[in-house]
Amino acid sequence: MTSGSVSATGTTDEVVLEADGLTMHFPVRRRGRELLSRTVKVVHAVDGVDVRLRRGRVTALVGESGSGKSTVARVLAQLQPQSAGRIRLHGTPVPPAVGRRFRRYTGHVQMILQDPFASLNPVHTVRYHLTRALRIHDHAGDDLEQALADLLTRVQLTPPRRYLDRFPHELSGGQRQRVAIARALGAEPEVLLADEPVSMLDVSIRLGVLNLLRDLTVRLRLAVLYITHDIASARYFADETHVMYAGRLVEGGDSETVTQRPAHPYTRLLIDSAPDPDRVADGRAEAPTAGGEPPSLIDPPPGCRFHPRCPHVMARCRAEVPPAFAIGDADGHVAACWLYAAGVRPAAVPEVAG
Amino acid sequence: MTFLLKRVAFYLFTAWAAVTINFFIPRLIPGDPVQALITRARGQLTTDAVESLYVLFGLDKDENVLHQYVRYWGQLLRGDLGLSFTFFPSPVSDVIAGGLPWTVGLVGITTVIGFVLGTALGTVAGWRRGSWVDLVIPSTTFLSSIPYFWLGLIAITLLTGPDSYFPASGAYDNGLVPAWSWEFVGSTVRHGLLPASTILVASAAGWILSMRNMMVTVGSEDYVTAAHAKGLPERRVMLAYAARNALLPNVSGFALALGFIVGGTLLVEIVFSYPGLGLALYQAVGAKDYPLMQGIFLIITLSVLLANFLADVAYLALDPRTRREG
Amino acid sequence: MAVPTTELVAVPVAPSRRRLRFVANPKAATGLVLMGGFVLLAVVGKWIAPHDPSRRSADLMQGPSGAHWFGTTHLGQDIFSQVLVGTRSVVVVGLVAGAVATVLSVLVGVTSGYLSGGGGESLSALSNVFLVIPALPLIIIITSTLPSTSDLAIALVIGLTSWAWGARVLRAQTLSLRRRDYVEAARATGESTWRIIVFEIMPNLTAVIASGFVSTVIFAVISEITLAFIGVSTGEWNWGTILFWAQSQQALAQGAWWWFVPAGLAIALLGTALSLLNFGIDEFVSPRLRGHGGTGRRYGRAVRMRVGFTPVLPADGSRGAGR
Repeated sequence: MTSGSVSATGTTDEVVLEADGLTMHFPVRRRGRELLSRTVKVVHAVDGVDVRLRRGRVTALVGESGSGKSTVARVLAQLQPQSAGRIRLHGTPVPPAVGRRFRRYTGHVQMILQDPFASLNPVHTVRYHLTRALRIHDHAGDDLEQALADLLTRVQLTPPRRYLDRFPHELSGGQRQRVAIARALGAEPEVLLADEPVSMLDVSIRLGVLNLLRDLTVRLRLAVLYITHDIASARYFADETHVMYAGRLVEGGDSETVTQRPAHPYTRLLIDSAPDPDRVADGRAEAPTAGGEPPSLIDPPPGCRFHPRCPHVMARCRAEVPPAFAIGDADGHVAACWLYAAGVRPAAVPEVAG
Repeated sequence: MTFLLKRVAFYLFTAWAAVTINFFIPRLIPGDPVQALITRARGQLTTDAVESLYVLFGLDKDENVLHQYVRYWGQLLRGDLGLSFTFFPSPVSDVIAGGLPWTVGLVGITTVIGFVLGTALGTVAGWRRGSWVDLVIPSTTFLSSIPYFWLGLIAITLLTGPDSYFPASGAYDNGLVPAWSWEFVGSTVRHGLLPASTILVASAAGWILSMRNMMVTVGSEDYVTAAHAKGLPERRVMLAYAARNALLPNVSGFALALGFIVGGTLLVEIVFSYPGLGLALYQAVGAKDYPLMQGIFLIITLSVLLANFLADVAYLALDPRTRREG
Repeated sequence: MAVPTTELVAVPVAPSRRRLRFVANPKAATGLVLMGGFVLLAVVGKWIAPHDPSRRSADLMQGPSGAHWFGTTHLGQDIFSQVLVGTRSVVVVGLVAGAVATVLSVLVGVTSGYLSGGGGESLSALSNVFLVIPALPLIIIITSTLPSTSDLAIALVIGLTSWAWGARVLRAQTLSLRRRDYVEAARATGESTWRIIVFEIMPNLTAVIASGFVSTVIFAVISEITLAFIGVSTGEWNWGTILFWAQSQQALAQGAWWWFVPAGLAIALLGTALSLLNFGIDEFVSPRLRGHGGTGRRYGRAVRMRVGFTPVLPADGSRGAGR
């Protein structure tokens, strides 16, 4: 993802939803003496993020907690108005939506939340949740029962009549998440924003849900944003992967390249931290070299926000924010790191293990 | 600190609201019964007294409401609450000053003892679930459904009489002069036992129940399990970990319950002829003594606000979260 | 060996079975039965009373007898009839005041919880003001300045001054519910604001609202009786006026215990019924609060159930090794 013209993978799939320079700053409540000062402190949750979601493709957004990825999803879903930046749906700019405009927007863009136990209202049946989704967007048609059955079949909850009159607490986590997906599909959206959809599910269930999402992406030609902290699942599930750190994008490209040949030091840290049986077997189980914690978002470090933890930090990193540089090895692979600025000898770029 | 400031601002606002309500209520009385009473007693009133009553009740129809309001505030701040009709010619402030200490004493002592006892019992009840203590709850519920004053009546019937230890009325024996002597204090205590116990019995159930519920909720929290796992003795876990946290809602609930307790105390005073504000209010209502009624309402409200404020300070000391103003 | 723990996991049952389970709770059932009895009395009291409560007779200040089950007053009036007839006023005022206060508390509380910013804060300040001002003196002042006091007027006054507690509780609950994921998900689905408040948030508040209603009814009943006792009363009989006459006629001094005992017991019984209902609601909502006195004893007195702990018992049910 760059601010330039190169599309991430060089394909010509239609861009459904895009955002430029998305910025979200949350004001901090002022206390005591601060009330008298003029300056307003903000949490720099998201800074200058560009997103392109293409039909029939899954785009992954990877980052730690606090990296701003969930905020990006909320802003794209228009649950929150952005501080700066523009969102475009099918090329048309989308103004901050309220009321009827917001409702129309939700007919195009739907969201799936992380916690399957909390995202369904415990007092309503599955039937109620799905019926509301259908009715609000007028997709109930003449035969409501048939429409409901279709939705449940689409998320592989069959036979539908076994699930329709259940309450959320009577379903397992994986089933609940499928109901949440069905509810989102009831609006017949073009874009699905999945905020860590499998993080709270048992590991054995995750694969099933991810496969379902993949299948829906292809069959229904959806544009899916997959937010996760698990970069390994991004490699498996997503076509493109973008990495966020402290509110900024640090790397982007197709999933295979980013996960196999990570360029940015932070991406390397993520990959190295993921338990990899091969590495252990080879006897190469060294601890990743950059320790530490994510920075404060109220007072982020100047320049590149990763520089306090970066093992390859240079003077320039502390002063200027690096733009996204193209890494030559694959189409659309970019990293926001001064190591890759033109004029730096390739030899200075450290070798990537494995 | 901010927490405290916000509370102070809130109480000031409420006090203002109470005064304003007090200002408007008599102006809603149709038919001017006050005027009639003033006229009847006119010969015995000084001009100043008549003036102040006019201000209190807005009988001077020539002035507009805003003017009246300002003059009302001025009068209040001078401590002039008007003259009482029933205790004529004593000013209302005198009547209240006479009754206030008794009421404050009664309410204060019973509330504190009730809170301490009830919380302690509730702690035990909530900690040892499944034991005989659970049976306490239905009985205290029944007791708390009884109006305070009825309990007082029963107590009088059963426990007082010409030969009994407990006197049936008054705050101290007739013929004694208020002084800091053993005789007087002893007599006061003896007279106060029944009224106080009545209120205690009726209000204890509330404390017990809420503390029990909170202990049950807190008891299953992870930090209590961790304390157990550390090997701390049971009593320490119960008191220093569970009770300390379960106490917090009770402390804030204390302030709110105070209004309720004040109401009940007023009635107990009536039943026992205890010379506090409750008895004065009773007589005021009976005689349609509006100045006295209003004065009592104002003083009671302001006292409750003060007590609430003190409870907030206590909450601040107990809960570190408010200190950081999260 | 499986041992019942003090933590209950909600057993999934069909909705109709869930509602019946509420009634199966012994506390709630008792409360409902008692309340039903009182409501019945309120309706038919006037007809089944053996005498007109105001009718004087020659039997002055007599104790309970065959002719007068609860005795007579100083004017020879039948106290039993007074209690029966008085039920209607008490029940009506209680229910009406409860309804008025509950509606107000829902309107103010839920709105102030859902609105963010100034609107919510000012509504909250309003309910706090009414909360702190002691209710009883306020009610006394207002009702004693009213020209005419009917049951309805008293019910209204009580309702209009006692909504604040429920509003505060509802505001706190709404604030917490508003941040739940399913509310956010409902927004993302495209639900309109009013539908979110009414269909997503309020169904999760029913227990709180019901409990608040019951508490307000208790408070209204006691307030009405207190008012009557002080001397602010309507023309109708209620349990408070019985006590008023008893007090003003020095019933105690004359040893006429039958004059005020029945009324007080009736009040206590009604209050208990309502409180039991409240407990039933509480326990229905949070299974942890159910008293489990029985299970502890079943395994012998040696086992003490500690909250949150599961004792491990050997198969023969004797003293367990786990602590």
